[in-house]
Amino acid sequence: MARGARLTPAAAAAGLVAVLAAAGAGLTVGPVDIAADRVALQLLDLIPGLDADSGLSPSRAAIVTEIRLPRVVLGLLVGSTLALAGAAYQGAFRNPLADPYLLGVAAGAGLAATLAITRGLGDGAGWLDPVPLAAFAGALVAVGASYAAGHLGGRSTVSLVLAGVAVASFLTACQTYVLQANTDAIREVYAWILGRVATSGWAEVSLIAPYFLLTVIVVIRYRRALDVLAVGDEEASALGLDPRRVRLIVVTVASLGAAAAVAVTGLIGFVGIIVPHTVRLVFGPSHRVLLPLTVVFGGAFMVAADLAARTVLAPAELPIGVVTAFIGAPFFVLVLRSSRREVW
Amino acid sequence: MIGPAGAAAGTGPGASGGGPKGAAAEPAAIAIAGLSVRLGTATVLDRLDLEVAAGEWLNVIGPNGAGKTTLLRAILGSAPFTGAVRVAGLADRRPAARARMLAYVPQTPVMPAGMAVIDYVLLGRTPHRGVFAGDSARDLKVAGEVLDRLDLGPLAGRELRSLSGGERQRAVLARALAQQAPVLLLDEPTTALDLGHQQDVLELVEELRREAGLTVVATLHDLTLAARYGDRVALLASGRIVERGDPARVLTPDTIAEHFDARVRVIEDVHGPVIVPVARNLRERP
Repeated sequence: MARGARLTPAAAAAGLVAVLAAAGAGLTVGPVDIAADRVALQLLDLIPGLDADSGLSPSRAAIVTEIRLPRVVLGLLVGSTLALAGAAYQGAFRNPLADPYLLGVAAGAGLAATLAITRGLGDGAGWLDPVPLAAFAGALVAVGASYAAGHLGGRSTVSLVLAGVAVASFLTACQTYVLQANTDAIREVYAWILGRVATSGWAEVSLIAPYFLLTVIVVIRYRRALDVLAVGDEEASALGLDPRRVRLIVVTVASLGAAAAVAVTGLIGFVGIIVPHTVRLVFGPSHRVLLPLTVVFGGAFMVAADLAARTVLAPAELPIGVVTAFIGAPFFVLVLRSSRREVW
Repeated sequence: MIGPAGAAAGTGPGASGGGPKGAAAEPAAIAIAGLSVRLGTATVLDRLDLEVAAGEWLNVIGPNGAGKTTLLRAILGSAPFTGAVRVAGLADRRPAARARMLAYVPQTPVMPAGMAVIDYVLLGRTPHRGVFAGDSARDLKVAGEVLDRLDLGPLAGRELRSLSGGERQRAVLARALAQQAPVLLLDEPTTALDLGHQQDVLELVEELRREAGLTVVATLHDLTLAARYGDRVALLASGRIVERGDPARVLTPDTIAEHFDARVRVIEDVHGPVIVPVARNLRERP
């Protein structure tokens, strides 16, 4: 009997291997040489009830558990969240170019972060750091404004996307103005905009973790609804789905996740486009396959990009947004060229 | 069995004929009263009344812009309307409840890239499962039966977009049948097809109607096809049903001239009227 699209064990295994390889490299490669087996033992020691002796000095052990591990985990969470949010937007809007930035997440976060930095508010850490809090709020306000403006234009997806473009342009103009009036802050603002996964420990991880979980759980639960939406609102509605409701829920949750990711790491671009499209081209467009694989490959991609960002020009660090685009764009063209799949 | 879940036996084509006479025994499949649809400032449908008996096949005809598609969309609940639309006696406007009663074959269906035929047919099971539920054994069984019935079994794993026009139309019909709804709404099901495939699709609809006791409402441009297949025709013009009944009675040269602005001859054939366009004398034109 014929069955529908499903996640094959081979695809799931490929995703798992990608995550483990990226995380392994992220944990072992760095300015301080620590052997992979010692890193593994040190990690095992973290598991409650398990006592493994890695033989590492306390300072080297701390490099693994307090510097590299949180950085790898943060990369996984941010990459997964941004990639999944992109896939969710593309499905909800049936538009290959859609991602949360389309409705102003980047522009809103950028303006709010710029305001916070130029007001000299950038000194806290973790939960208390006003810059990510401002960026988070700014991103959500922008998406809300896009939705409200799109509503005035007739509630269609096209009017919503156009409203998002208008809102994003407006906010970007405001940000440019603020920046021009505070030229001394330009360097700091650009450093934030280009993104970084550097951490001050586990604080950032705890900031984004709840939003990562929310996005993954809710968006993946809507995988079938997004597959139904592929036939368009009118047919989806004739099939018994409420397309507007599905879109509102999926877009809201994806925006929350993207806002949290952007707040913690800055405006890392391209991940929400490149990862879902690569997965689509390789494994097919069904959201039942696409969404879970986007989560794992998104995380792996971000950890690998961060590894490149901190090793290519070591000891200096490249902004990770530069790396994702610099490596990501050519790679994507390669995938596009070699794929015979028609996915849009 | 492909038919609607819990379909009453015996609602075959014999229940048709004179229209909603059987309405006392069971509610009309579709009962429309005072239906108006306004799009912007235009009144597309104007206080329209229409009943379709269970098991009947009604063809809605009318000139371009008469509101045929809008009528189907109003029945589906996807066009905002005033008035009453009852399906099997119920006026439930919730999408899932509607989709269990009405299956819809749109004029130009969206063919999602990369979607396999089986996945497309399984979309028809959407109203029968929760938003988050997967394919049940029953969903797969129904989809498998529908695919076999429409000779699509060997194509189940193929991508939709790789199908020919005739195969695509059968895939869309298969999705609609997988809904197991008692009423089938077809919007110009023959538009993109050549003559042979037009006959194939309409004969298939007729067979399915007999097998499963479906009620069929179709919009058709081709008046001869509209007369040949189905029980009754309803002529829609200026937002209202202006004529309805037996094709031989509705499809007269005068009626067609009045509403389609066309000059035709109607030839009586044993299978129903044949509408033949008559070339206007070109020299008479200004």
